[in-house]
Amino acid sequence: MTITINHYLIVSLLLFSIGFTGVLVRRNFLTILMSIELMLNAVNLNLIAFSRRLSDLTGQVFSVFVITIAAGEAAIGLALTISLFRQRKTLNVEEASTMRG
Amino acid sequence: MGGALLTGAAGWLFVAFAVLALASAVAVVVARHPVHSALYLLVSFLLVACIFILQQAEFVGAVQILVYAGGIMVLFIFVVMLVNPQTVETRSFQHQWDVALLFLPVFLIPFIYILGTERFPDLPQKLDAFQSVRGKPAGNTEAVSWVLFRDYLLPFEVASIFLLVAMIGAVVLGKRSLEKMD
Repeated sequence: MTITINHYLIVSLLLFSIGFTGVLVRRNFLTILMSIELMLNAVNLNLIAFSRRLSDLTGQVFSVFVITIAAGEAAIGLALTISLFRQRKTLNVEEASTMRG
Repeated sequence: MGGALLTGAAGWLFVAFAVLALASAVAVVVARHPVHSALYLLVSFLLVACIFILQQAEFVGAVQILVYAGGIMVLFIFVVMLVNPQTVETRSFQHQWDVALLFLPVFLIPFIYILGTERFPDLPQKLDAFQSVRGKPAGNTEAVSWVLFRDYLLPFEVASIFLLVAMIGAVVLGKRSLEKMD
């Protein structure tokens, strides 16, 4: 089986779409956060594949940065989760609609 | 075919990892209980880390396992236990999820068609770029850190400030309001 950059891009596209679908479709705030992590992971896959393809280490360095951002985003998101649960006693995003979102 | 990134058994290994990673990603989205989602997410992260290691990115693969599987997943499990959603929701999807799924192929098919037919130009692949520093053989970690600390030192420092800000923000958001504590 010969794998080219196209296979990588297709896998990354599918992973991103699955994460995006999760963000749009789920009602549980925690699952939405996990779907965002899936999307960031798909971006990392692209960066690594092109890093290999172009024989350039910059892609790997940037995926380390993306992982850093993902860690910070997860910490903030989970703090928001706890704050939301304390105020509303629920994780359902449809009930957190004070701002008419 | 030119531009092959993986051939032979490594290619089949990539296919296996990719299919399993996508399957567990789907399971993350459709699982009803957040704990199940978190465990499937862990599997997906580990498989993507395996794909990284197949691509001469051993350092990023190790960081992925350490940070995602070791850090972020533990955080997720902690929060699931803290908020303890005992009632599994009867309806865990938004109202119009079927309409959303209908639009997904409309979005996906053009992309997959383009990616399936597009041929990127052939480039010479220099594998030693990942395993050497200034022409001398070195590990992947050493090569990555060389680029990171020489060319991207300022972004590295900005990332550390970002982490500090995120930590303070998480503490401020997570603590109970001051009025209640008094």
